[in-house]
Amino acid sequence: MSDTDTLRIAGRDFGSRLIMGTGGAPSLEILREALTVSGTRLTTVAMRRVAAGTRGSILDLLAELDIALLPNTAGCLTAGDAVLTARLAREALGTDWVKLEVIADEHTLLPDPVELLEAARTLVEDGFTVLPYTNDDPVLARRLEEAGCAAVMPLGSPIGSGLGIRNPHNIELMVEAAGVPVILDAGIGSASDAALAMELGCAGVLLASAVTRAQRPALMAAAMRDAVAAGRACHEAGRIPRRRYARASSPSRDETPAF
Amino acid sequence: MNPSITVSVNGERCELPAGRRLDALVAERSPSRSGVAVAVDGEVVPRASWPETVLADGAEIEILTAVQGG
Repeated sequence: MSDTDTLRIAGRDFGSRLIMGTGGAPSLEILREALTVSGTRLTTVAMRRVAAGTRGSILDLLAELDIALLPNTAGCLTAGDAVLTARLAREALGTDWVKLEVIADEHTLLPDPVELLEAARTLVEDGFTVLPYTNDDPVLARRLEEAGCAAVMPLGSPIGSGLGIRNPHNIELMVEAAGVPVILDAGIGSASDAALAMELGCAGVLLASAVTRAQRPALMAAAMRDAVAAGRACHEAGRIPRRRYARASSPSRDETPAF
Repeated sequence: MNPSITVSVNGERCELPAGRRLDALVAERSPSRSGVAVAVDGEVVPRASWPETVLADGAEIEILTAVQGG
């Protein structure tokens, strides 16, 4: 599995199911090391006003590492804002892929479902490949898929909170119903969170803070890389059913063993 | 006679000589042309149109680039 297992989004294959964000890293050097170790093939960037004295270029680094760009619309509070930001990202970066974020407020950073759906419809119409950051709401996920989104990316818990997956049942329901990849986006804190996302059937995991704000980012990047691979393998392998009572693993005295 | 216009660049008001073109403004504000995009009054102006875009009085200009995030 490991050699051929790729994350396919909108007909494009990525050799890793871990999508990294670049936010929160203390320096380009630390980010370089973490990205390299993580094995990620797709990485988010934000669009911001140009400012004098910006240190180094994230674009140069990603080009050097040959990692595909996924611009986001972080910080946008309305559909109109997000649509303009996506169009600016397309012009600046030459990609029509966008991680669509429309947040309700700065305090929770939770997605605003009404604005999100409207922005998704407009951008799909405009030819974008839209990957929306969404709530852990199976109904909204269905609406986003119907709108033509290439994936749905539910939060596990609020951005940067490290609270893990608060509603695994909803994530499972989304995975069961979705015809597009479900990518767990936001809230991952530890390797077990990332593994759980994959065990629940997610096609991938998107995380940033868990790695970039860890005490040792490169080591955490390795942990997340391995957790995503282990969780995926576990999902594919088919776990044993949960039982109420024990079942002996050695044959009983009057049972003939299979070998 | 030195006519000038007042515009907003990334949220800051500034005075420019009348007739200033967008490519000159971007060159002033951004160290690099690559990875940069511009909107004037809420509409993206494609890079190819920067040289012929003459800024009007009252224009609201946003110059964006990619940074670490997400």
